[in-house]
Amino acid sequence: MPLPDALAIFLERHAQALLGSLGRLARQPLATALTIVVIGIALALPAALYVVVSNMRTATAGLGDTVQLSVYLRMSTTEAEAKKAAASIAARSGIQEILLVSPDEGLAEFRDLSGIGDALKALNENPLPWLVKVRPAPPHDTAVEVEELAAELRKDEYVELVEADTAWVRRLHAIEATMERLVLLAALVLAIGVLAVVGNTIRLEINGRRAEIEVTKLVGGSNAFVRRPFLYSGLWQGLGGGLVAISLIAAGLMALEPHVAQLAEAYGASFALQGLSIREWPAVVGGGAALGFLGAWLAAAYHLRRIEPRA
Amino acid sequence: MIRFDRVFKRYPNGREALSELTFELDSGEMAFLTGHSGAGKSTVLRLIALLERPTRGQVVVNGRNTGTLRPSAIPAFRRQVGIVFQDHRLLDDRPVYDNVALPLAIAGVPRREMDKRVRAALDQVGLLGRERSFPLELSAGEQQRVGIARAVITKPPVLIADEPTGNLDPDLALEVMNLFQRFNAVGVTVLVATHDIHLLERFRVRRVHIEQGRLAGLPNAVA
Repeated sequence: MPLPDALAIFLERHAQALLGSLGRLARQPLATALTIVVIGIALALPAALYVVVSNMRTATAGLGDTVQLSVYLRMSTTEAEAKKAAASIAARSGIQEILLVSPDEGLAEFRDLSGIGDALKALNENPLPWLVKVRPAPPHDTAVEVEELAAELRKDEYVELVEADTAWVRRLHAIEATMERLVLLAALVLAIGVLAVVGNTIRLEINGRRAEIEVTKLVGGSNAFVRRPFLYSGLWQGLGGGLVAISLIAAGLMALEPHVAQLAEAYGASFALQGLSIREWPAVVGGGAALGFLGAWLAAAYHLRRIEPRA
Repeated sequence: MIRFDRVFKRYPNGREALSELTFELDSGEMAFLTGHSGAGKSTVLRLIALLERPTRGQVVVNGRNTGTLRPSAIPAFRRQVGIVFQDHRLLDDRPVYDNVALPLAIAGVPRREMDKRVRAALDQVGLLGRERSFPLELSAGEQQRVGIARAVITKPPVLIADEPTGNLDPDLALEVMNLFQRFNAVGVTVLVATHDIHLLERFRVRRVHIEQGRLAGLPNAVA
């Protein structure tokens, strides 16, 4: 057989199995819809968690994840004095990095982050002092040592105020990391759930078509031939489940959007909910399809082997 | 074409179905397989279709030793053996066309050729034009002929049948047997298991008679 013919036959057979299995699913709309919704929910849960986590990440992206001290100098401090003070802090042991922020830079940053830029315009002069941001080197960045450092810095003649309460940022990032793990864990558990759901559907389908399978094997159908329609059936169900999942997420985001916007406005921040990106939604749909295919394959491999023709 | 060489078959439940059965069917030969119920007729057919393997001895069909064939080679082997069942084993939820075309679909025959060959096969069994009927809309004799069309559509060199006329009245049985003879006339090796005395009298073909799992001389009552 010439190659193009063989390829055409191969494609035709697969197209037949692909469409045939779709037709068979369509002939049982209720059962199919139930299966697909169950798969959709199972896929939507980890995907929704993922959306929540990535939105949290976006919202907190501006916050560094290391403990930092903010050392505010007295209002009367001149630029030369500020540089001197910064140099003396930098010279201490256990300091990883310092950053000197002038009142003008501080104001600009405040304007960007706080969302009350308009109110600031009403000020005649800059109310902000010179600021030294101090980051302790890792072994010395425990809460106790940072507090000790803060106490010492307060004694400096130029220093007005030292703020060291940044531990909450760390906690927040730790929570985010935990939630990311949770997403993975949920995805894993629910993937197994999808395999079980598809596997069970395929098992029922195989039992219902037992006579056909036996006859097919009797007249020389290979295991691959017998298995094919069931694999495609699983593929379709997983694909449908994936589409249900992204629809659920889109609907959920639409329902939440106005509330999040209100919340953000109340804080004077501009923050918009991000859904699944254009790169992520094929991952959900494709993941569903792959799980459906795999579940069907596992079920078919197990159950088809036990159906041998009798005569 | 079909050769049994001292075949011994014991089923897992301990029943001994065949012991030391030896016979041979040449290429293009036609024979009846006879014997009482339980004599081992079905086992012989099951061994030829490779639904079972011999416990001891050799079964060679189309030059292939069924005892040593790998499981992955079984489907291709079965496509060389047409099988007709007493209860015809049609798929009742599929039209006649799909039933007859099944072996071609398995073999990957393109659609256009499939149409042609299904029509040719139905024509041979006198059912042209019934492609869209469902098996349950057909009479018993017609259903059996659909089963025969399915068995011969891939033009297998060997055709076996298990009591193909068991559910048919004498006229229909005769028709079905005539069909087998016609396939035999074009070179197909045919083995028909039957205990239909009328057929045995009517068709003077060779008889392979087995008793208690062995080849036996013909019983006087029928010979």
